[in-house]
Amino acid sequence: MPNSAAEKYDVLVLGAGPGGLAAAVSAHENGARVLLVERERKLGGILKQCVHDGFGLMRFKERLTGTEYAQREIDRFHALNIDVVTESFVVDIQPTDGTYLVTTQSAAGMCRYECKAIILACGCRERTSRQVFIHGDRPAGIFSAGTAQYFVNIQGKMPTKKCVILGSGDIGLIMARRLTLEGAEVVGVYEIKDAPAGLSRNISQCLNDFDIPLHLSTTVTEVFGQERVEAVAVEQVDKNFQPIPGTRQVIDCDALILSVGLLPEIELPNMLALPIDPATKGPVVDQTMMTKAAGVFACGNVLHVNDLADWVSVSGEAAGRSAAAYCTAPRTWNDNATALQYERGDFLYALPQYFDPTASEPLTLYFRSREDVAGKRVTLDLGGEKAAFSKKYRRLIPSEMEAVTVKEAASGTVYQLTMHN
Amino acid sequence: MEMICIVCPNGCRLEVTGTGDDITVTGALCPKGVDFAHTELTAPLRSLTSTVATAFPLVPRLPVKTRGEIPKGKMHEAMAQIRAVRVTKPVKVGDVILADVFGTDIIATGNAGEVAA
Repeated sequence: MPNSAAEKYDVLVLGAGPGGLAAAVSAHENGARVLLVERERKLGGILKQCVHDGFGLMRFKERLTGTEYAQREIDRFHALNIDVVTESFVVDIQPTDGTYLVTTQSAAGMCRYECKAIILACGCRERTSRQVFIHGDRPAGIFSAGTAQYFVNIQGKMPTKKCVILGSGDIGLIMARRLTLEGAEVVGVYEIKDAPAGLSRNISQCLNDFDIPLHLSTTVTEVFGQERVEAVAVEQVDKNFQPIPGTRQVIDCDALILSVGLLPEIELPNMLALPIDPATKGPVVDQTMMTKAAGVFACGNVLHVNDLADWVSVSGEAAGRSAAAYCTAPRTWNDNATALQYERGDFLYALPQYFDPTASEPLTLYFRSREDVAGKRVTLDLGGEKAAFSKKYRRLIPSEMEAVTVKEAASGTVYQLTMHN
Repeated sequence: MEMICIVCPNGCRLEVTGTGDDITVTGALCPKGVDFAHTELTAPLRSLTSTVATAFPLVPRLPVKTRGEIPKGKMHEAMAQIRAVRVTKPVKVGDVILADVFGTDIIATGNAGEVAA
């Protein structure tokens, strides 16, 4: 531990992707003294490698690339002269008497910061090949889609000449197009489920436009090659994801690219022993984005994996506002906060997991349906005479998140989300 | 026929009936979807995003995009032009990297060089 006195801040924001940038700006604008901590050299998080467009339609009313979206947020952040440290990695967080002592590691050595509030904005990670069950060797050439994206878009190096993509998540679809445009052959995208995981528009513009086939209910069951991937075996699967005999096919390729989902990065939440929601796989929060540790807030993909960066920014702003308010009027987790009730059969997940009637922040509720459903009504009961929210949705699909903002105050004695006809 | 509108992440499922200029589009949440269906059936357009090489060791690639849209069938040809570029002077978001590529410009979508910080 370093001996030097810890530098004091109101709010430490951990992570400088869209969530952390928005949180830092919002906490600053609400009067807090803020330090933004980032482990990479540059700000922007994963948006740095998102050269594709479709970002910002909600936040900027314009269609931007991920890099343009990031630059706008970075410019806004720098214009406010908020303190920032980069290439700094959080190694320890200790709660002390009403404050937190955060230790970072960087090329300059260890630094200590004392702060009243922390905003976790550490984003999400890709599931790895070890988290999906694939038999065979472990040669070079097995990449996550994000790693392939980093090679192509940041380093300008092609990781493959001919590849198979396993999983139909958006990054995999985006990379299918990107690799094709850069001259690689994408043999096909293989999805174990009977429906694609990514957005419909990405199936259309990334696969159909380039005649890349999408094989549903099909998965990779074996990888061949000692030094480098030489081929993979694919097989069709039944309803229980078991391979169907006689459907095995061996495909020559030099890479297997995995786009098999994202998970909140909960290393720091675990360090703080925060309760994790098994549905969102991120820490549990109330509508102010405060976790069960007083003064620790969370936003963006560490809470749940969003499909739009715009929503990450929205939750960052809420967390920044709440953290700044906490610094002037500290509060503890309200044990009487109402826990969100919903049917697991109807919703994949919904959050915030708690509604604290004593907190002033308006409620923004995020949810995903479990199934592809049409013409269903979703109602939120917050204990008022009328429903806090009720809307009939033309269509709800698991891959497209819905958000609902409730401005009117309600008793909050009930906090229940239902799906009905 | 059915098509997916690719204008925004909503990805509306469009149902298109009729032929030629006399088509009816249903299922679009906004007028852009109707325009998309018309263009898609006559002369489909796409925006193209990519990267170009730079001379800057810390930022070896600069992200770029077409300012407007180009014909769908010209994406590979546009890529060949983009691949030939190497940026040697500092650039920032919006700067023209390659002028007049199939009726539009290729512009920077990131900063590189002295202003890259």
